[in-house]
Amino acid sequence: MGNWIINHGLTSFILVVWMGINIFLFVWFYLFYDLGDQFFYTRHLLGSALAWARAPAAVLNFNCMLILLPVCRNLLSLIRGSFVCCGRTMRKQLDKNLSFHKLVAYMIALMTAVHMIAHLLNVEWYNNSRQGVYDKLSTALSNLEDTENTTYLNPIRKTDIDKQQIPTYFVFTTIAGLTGVIITLALILIITSSMEVIRRSYFEVFWYTHHLFIIFFAGLVFHGAGRIVRSQQKTDPPHNFTYCKDRIEDWGRIPECPIPQFAGGFPQTWMWVIGPMILYLCERLLRFIRYMQRVSYRRIVMRPSKVLELQLVKNGFKMEVGQYVFLNCPAISQLEWHPFTMTSAPEEDFFSVHIRSAGDWTDKLIDIMQQLPEGAQGPKMGVDGPFGTASEDVFDYEVSMLVGAGIGVTPFASILKSIWYKFKDSNPKLRTRKIYFYWLCRETHAFEWFTDLLQVLEREMEERGMGDFLTYKLYLTKWNESDATHVRVHSDEDTDVVTGLRQKTYYGRPAWDKEFEQVRKENPTSVVGTFLCGPEALAKVLEKKCAKYSDVDPRKTKFYFNKENF
Amino acid sequence: MGKIEWAMWANEQALASGLILLTGGIVGVAGQFRGWQFAAYAVAAGVFVCLLEYPRSKRSKGTSVERSGQYCFTVCVKAFGPLTRNYYFRAFLHAAICVPGGFMLATVLGCVCLGIASLIYLVAAIRGEHWEPILPVKEFRKPVADSIKNPPQNPPPRPPADMRRKQADLERAAYDNPFSVTANE
Repeated sequence: MGNWIINHGLTSFILVVWMGINIFLFVWFYLFYDLGDQFFYTRHLLGSALAWARAPAAVLNFNCMLILLPVCRNLLSLIRGSFVCCGRTMRKQLDKNLSFHKLVAYMIALMTAVHMIAHLLNVEWYNNSRQGVYDKLSTALSNLEDTENTTYLNPIRKTDIDKQQIPTYFVFTTIAGLTGVIITLALILIITSSMEVIRRSYFEVFWYTHHLFIIFFAGLVFHGAGRIVRSQQKTDPPHNFTYCKDRIEDWGRIPECPIPQFAGGFPQTWMWVIGPMILYLCERLLRFIRYMQRVSYRRIVMRPSKVLELQLVKNGFKMEVGQYVFLNCPAISQLEWHPFTMTSAPEEDFFSVHIRSAGDWTDKLIDIMQQLPEGAQGPKMGVDGPFGTASEDVFDYEVSMLVGAGIGVTPFASILKSIWYKFKDSNPKLRTRKIYFYWLCRETHAFEWFTDLLQVLEREMEERGMGDFLTYKLYLTKWNESDATHVRVHSDEDTDVVTGLRQKTYYGRPAWDKEFEQVRKENPTSVVGTFLCGPEALAKVLEKKCAKYSDVDPRKTKFYFNKENF
Repeated sequence: MGKIEWAMWANEQALASGLILLTGGIVGVAGQFRGWQFAAYAVAAGVFVCLLEYPRSKRSKGTSVERSGQYCFTVCVKAFGPLTRNYYFRAFLHAAICVPGGFMLATVLGCVCLGIASLIYLVAAIRGEHWEPILPVKEFRKPVADSIKNPPQNPPPRPPADMRRKQADLERAAYDNPFSVTANE
């Protein structure tokens, strides 16, 4: 239980607060419209459907305000940087920005559905009142029009077309109705193109369709401009509805019952969303400015197995370990930005990315680079970033367990290099005394460059007599008989036959229980940070092991789990 | 955007439209709206569209992800052969189904969404896509080789002499031999 609080407590707290605000807004506005005296006559026409439409509207205002914030990645990086004092648990919450964005989106979808259904009922009942289907009071209220001394309550004024089509006509000729339909349509298209299947397979469809949010917000801001939800205004002398509701014929004729006056409420949605809209605009502007900045190529290297290494230099570019950048190459596609983890350390005077052939864009990039003459500059490249992830915390832990699976090993190139630089310079920022590195992959194909890095580190550590600092284990999860035989025959040699490294390759998946036991035994009083960049299934396994082997006793070993995600 | 299979997005859009049509229809019928007959039609149409669109098609390239429990729906949809396989037919079907939804406010949104799904299906059909059922793959078991049935008569051959000596030196033998196994004793 204690471990659950450590690992998930703050997230759950934030979710409870968010949900609490939603519920509060819903109930508050529901009661405001359902009990308020100024809406007595409106309720007479609409019943509780009025409150059922307005309450989700309030929740929608709140959530539409929130939804733009988690995707302002530069703003989040800024917050992350300024939270250096507030502990890693706070900063870890910022990793979950996309999950929060999706959660808020689900709430928007749900509330839109409730809001829309309630308004369908409202429009139908307004229409019926206007047709005189209900009681005398409803008909009298609906007959009020916008003239010099009367104001309407029922927004449906037309009666001379087919009664069944009046609601449709009404919706498409009022600002609220038209904007409502358009933005709901935009929302539906956004949601269907954001389903996981589409997103993972055709990112471009998801990305371009998602820009319909511009239409969504534009329509949202004007949605209330027509002010068609009306409440009773104070008149002089006052119109007491309890007394006057049964004396319709006397309205305007006796002093106690002047003709009731109605007016719509001031539109409020823009007040909620204008702030985040401006922030998001700044975010996109910043991305554009970054794109315009000059990026020059220091080196372009083709690594084995179709891996392209780019070493780039950009004025004023400062990075931390394990961060990623977005690259854009107008020669390939004007609008696509693709994320890549940086593989260089902050101590170096350039930044590098290793790009593997993984789709249309990367294939074209590798093609272009292969056809460049020696020493030439590459095509124009826009770089946005750097953006932070959990790897920045790696130096805070005395002991670190780094697990990289497949392509997930990339951020650890940056981390290992940086740790080594810091160690050589005896940088006080480095609290790490021991690193356990686990590299899991099916085959080392496409990661030969990483093997080279490990060889260099290994050699340097041997020279300084610091062999103990880094313990690494490579697990090849795909192997066959001939591999096994090859290894068996060469099992006596000093270096591993597959990688050429001193530490031997293991086959199959790691036995995590044994590994955690060993780490715990060798570091009985430390706080151990576990960092994973890899598949979700492995994240679940490691999270469980961290919880299992952590001791709530602060003097004993404690494991904290951090996950990278893209 | 080269490799997209438009039918995948059309499928998501059509399924969502079916649900929206269904919801609008239920509201229209339950609230006894004017033109509730159109709402009743929308309920039936919505259910039909959902049933038709629930089973995902197999992708021509890449792994297909099934929706949970879609196997029975796949079988039903497959039974209609070319009618469900061809996306031109599906596009026109959806366009036809959506029209009556436009006559009543409660179902207008479902109508427009289904119309959009129909357009995306048309694009998919023009690109030459078609619906393929996702069926479980039968695994072939290789017939058991004869040699397995007869256990070996002789013990396994001993490893060569130098390897045996090494094992004894390192004292890491997996088992203890009850008697020495070196050749010259």
